[in-house]
Amino acid sequence: MTEKESSASIELLTFQLADQEYSLDIMSVREIRGWTQTTPLPHAPSYMKGVINLRGTVLPVMDLSQRLGLKAREHSDRNVIIVVSHEDTMTGLLVDAVSDIIAITEDDLQPPPEVNTGNVPSVVSSLTLIDERMIRVLDLGSVVASVQSSAA
Amino acid sequence: MADTNDPMAEIRASFFIECEELLEALQDGLQELDDGADDTETINVVFRAVHSIKGGAGAFGLEALVRFAHRFETVLDEVRAGRMTAGPDALKVFFQCADHLSDLVRISRDAGDLPEARTAELLGFLNEMLGEDAGAEEEAEEDEDIDFQPATLSLDMDFGDDDGDGLALPDIDLPDLPPLPGLNRYTIEFRPENELFETGNEPFHMLRALDEMGDCDVTCNLGKIPDLDELSPEHSYLSWTIELASAVDVAEIEAAFEFVEGLCSLTISQNGDAPVSDEAGPEVVNGVADPIETDTPEIPEQHETGSAPAPAAELPAVSEDKPAPAPSVAKSNTSSSAPAAAAKSVVRVDLDRIERLVNLVGELVINQAMLSQSLESSGLSPHSDAMNGLEEFQRLTRDIQDSVMMIRAQPVKSLFQRMSRIVRESSASVGKDVRLHTEGENTEVDKTVIERLADPLTHMIRNAVDHGLETSEERLAAGKPEQGRVNLVAAHRSGRVVIDVSDDGGGINREKVMQIAIDKGLIPEDASLSDSEIDNLLFLPGFSTATVVSDLSGRGVGMDVVRTAIQALGGRITISSTPGVGTTFSISLPLTLAVLDGMVVQVAGETLVLPLNVVIETLTLSNKDVEMVRPGSFVVRVRSGFVPIFDLGKELGYRESIEDFEGCVVLLIAHEDESHAALIIDSIQDQRQVVIKGLDDSFYRAPGIAAATILGDGQIALILDTSDIITNAMGSVGASNSTPATGIPA
Amino acid sequence: MTLEILAVDDSRTMRDMIRLALLPAGFNVHTADDGVHGIEVLSGIEPDAIITDINMPRMDGFGFIDAVREQEQHRATPILVLTTEAAPELKARARTAGATGWIVKPFDPAKLIKALQMVAG
Repeated sequence: MTEKESSASIELLTFQLADQEYSLDIMSVREIRGWTQTTPLPHAPSYMKGVINLRGTVLPVMDLSQRLGLKAREHSDRNVIIVVSHEDTMTGLLVDAVSDIIAITEDDLQPPPEVNTGNVPSVVSSLTLIDERMIRVLDLGSVVASVQSSAA
Repeated sequence: MADTNDPMAEIRASFFIECEELLEALQDGLQELDDGADDTETINVVFRAVHSIKGGAGAFGLEALVRFAHRFETVLDEVRAGRMTAGPDALKVFFQCADHLSDLVRISRDAGDLPEARTAELLGFLNEMLGEDAGAEEEAEEDEDIDFQPATLSLDMDFGDDDGDGLALPDIDLPDLPPLPGLNRYTIEFRPENELFETGNEPFHMLRALDEMGDCDVTCNLGKIPDLDELSPEHSYLSWTIELASAVDVAEIEAAFEFVEGLCSLTISQNGDAPVSDEAGPEVVNGVADPIETDTPEIPEQHETGSAPAPAAELPAVSEDKPAPAPSVAKSNTSSSAPAAAAKSVVRVDLDRIERLVNLVGELVINQAMLSQSLESSGLSPHSDAMNGLEEFQRLTRDIQDSVMMIRAQPVKSLFQRMSRIVRESSASVGKDVRLHTEGENTEVDKTVIERLADPLTHMIRNAVDHGLETSEERLAAGKPEQGRVNLVAAHRSGRVVIDVSDDGGGINREKVMQIAIDKGLIPEDASLSDSEIDNLLFLPGFSTATVVSDLSGRGVGMDVVRTAIQALGGRITISSTPGVGTTFSISLPLTLAVLDGMVVQVAGETLVLPLNVVIETLTLSNKDVEMVRPGSFVVRVRSGFVPIFDLGKELGYRESIEDFEGCVVLLIAHEDESHAALIIDSIQDQRQVVIKGLDDSFYRAPGIAAATILGDGQIALILDTSDIITNAMGSVGASNSTPATGIPA
Repeated sequence: MTLEILAVDDSRTMRDMIRLALLPAGFNVHTADDGVHGIEVLSGIEPDAIITDINMPRMDGFGFIDAVREQEQHRATPILVLTTEAAPELKARARTAGATGWIVKPFDPAKLIKALQMVAG
């Protein structure tokens, strides 16, 4: 933190989840598309919405609110699917609405408090303040980490 | 030179691909010899394979490979010449050498560490076969050959290694010779014999070569030409005297006549000295190969007149019969093979391009399905032009698809050959005498399937050798031949590929298997299982039959892993065993991973696809067909037998179980082990070919789902793995029963 | 002057090497996989020189040379034999079969070109 001026700048895509603001590194976002009906996967965990046809490939979609243990919400027209890529795997993340793209530097990021929040996986890698709003930066890797079949 | 577009790098890569083919041919040939073939062509094939590997390896300076291949080739040449017979012992060494050669190829390609000890050991065997002396002699000769290797891309033009066996003389450095001012003057007498022309040689080219060496004065001696009526068109009458002033040495002049040594009389005298070379032609000598052009002024045409009288010496037939105009068309043609040459023509294609083509055809099939759907729903008459055209379109689409799939298809041969090595190695390591018998090597399967079969097959083969077959003593005691046998058989059977791995061993020791399963808590102690159920315990996760952890098994890989791998390929594996006679594992696989003949059905509002080949028949139920075995467990009467019946909607978690079976549509499904099960669905929509889209299961793997496809309306439909569904359903139903809950994913 | 070359070798690597060596030098290269194929290809072209391997399936180099020499128009077409062995008896046999000269594998491009120029200009 001694060389402030050389801090890398990051662009974040911010979005709404259950009235809270979250964000993802824009570099991992491939595209944003409107909500479409999913084909459900049998015995999938509740946050697995199913799969959709993304121009000929089968894209798994998860409800990010449920994945993070937030309240499930009714789907509205503003709901969108953020298509992200992590280690060559594409996943769709269903969010309530996309807000903005913000540019910050690494100095603007603060580590989250060391609080274990029960069953919520530690998916928030850092926090930042924009216009007095707190924005949670998600660690994509742990969001899309492997899930065991609930049918086992 | 070594940039990414280096054509040598490309050829190098292609060389290693070719090596794979050659190694395959080598294995094949050895196998045929082992099977009793004794024709010369088989041994020739074996010889040529090693020979070609050596040749290519030399070009890339892969010394270790050259050295080993050379010795191997020398021994094979002895066999080829009939001076040695390829008996069982010799073949054993040959097989080991072939395996080692394959290792060396791979190591050379990846620039890995050379297994020197193994090389030395095998070279020892080969030398033994050649006899000590021959071996030593070979060694010497070979070392010279290898000293000669680095010449690959240098400018070292040693034409003179005619009988020098590549004797790389130290360069006679030109810089040491007096430069331009000190030109040597030579007088060269050159008289071709008749035979010179019969080998296609042409004095003109030699004279021109001399001309390029320096200042050259050529005199043609016509004195020997007889009168016209005595002139024989095929006789050589001319000779030449050449005065040459050049910086080159004698060796270089001789090099120009290398090919005609013995076919002419040649004398070269320097500065009026005594001739340095006589009629015997040039001796020895590697010419020095410095770029002569640099110090040699380009001498123009005038000296060519020196060779002008030559025609008398040329073969008249050539000039007379040359059908000049017609074939010259081909000269402007840059194609590398004649149009008539239709032999076996092979194009190598980047796999990515095929992938792209496969994907495009997949899109085409989906597109065609969408078009069909919209045309059909538009209410057109089935006899309209559009509908007829559509039919044709469907047929063509299917043909294109089949053809594209054919591109990806490969014979399982390469896979089987790897297995024969596994048998050799694993049998040696457990001290059993085992023979692998293969059948159906030319059965074609999708390339990806072949690649992904290697690991499971390897494990099964090792298992067969290690556990399946008894020791020699046990076999003899049981009245069996001492040599154990493992069979690997591939065949196409009703749209699938079936690969059987069987042994003629003692069969599964069911008592022992039961005990292990009980000890490991996999089944209750009082379980009473059928033979087939016991055999299937082998597939349970965590089951390993290795009581003594041998070298081969007990590596933490059980048959459950094999089964998972096979299932991931859309395949099934079954087991059958007869005490004292042997065990057979049977793998059934789809021909391709890309398309599937499917039945499209509706269940609980979802559209699902089942592989058509598992559906035996469709039934409509009435309540009297269904019997309850116990609450939640039903069977349906199909002709004379009872078949367990499950609701697909419930099994997939789409709805609660249904109680009323009246009017239900049921699919009779072939399950593993030829047993059947019935699945309740809501309705059948269609039978059609669907393009298989992989489900990324790194995140979540849904049980009972094999893959997905995209339907004509753009919606995704899941493709079911009926075996998985039925196994799971039986497992959950039979939980209170003794039936083992095999195959439930972790 | 563009020389037309027919190269016959059952090894794809060798065919590629020959092509790589000769194309930049302005040669026009045709290839064939073995003797039989070589004869087929030959029927459609008029090469200035032929390069052939010895050990090949279907028809080996000696057989190929015989077959080429039997054709009236190729009695004097220069034929170079590719050989890994420098054994004198192999050369003698090649020459008896009617080969014009030989190249010992592995060859370098300059050597191959030089040899071709020695027999075909």
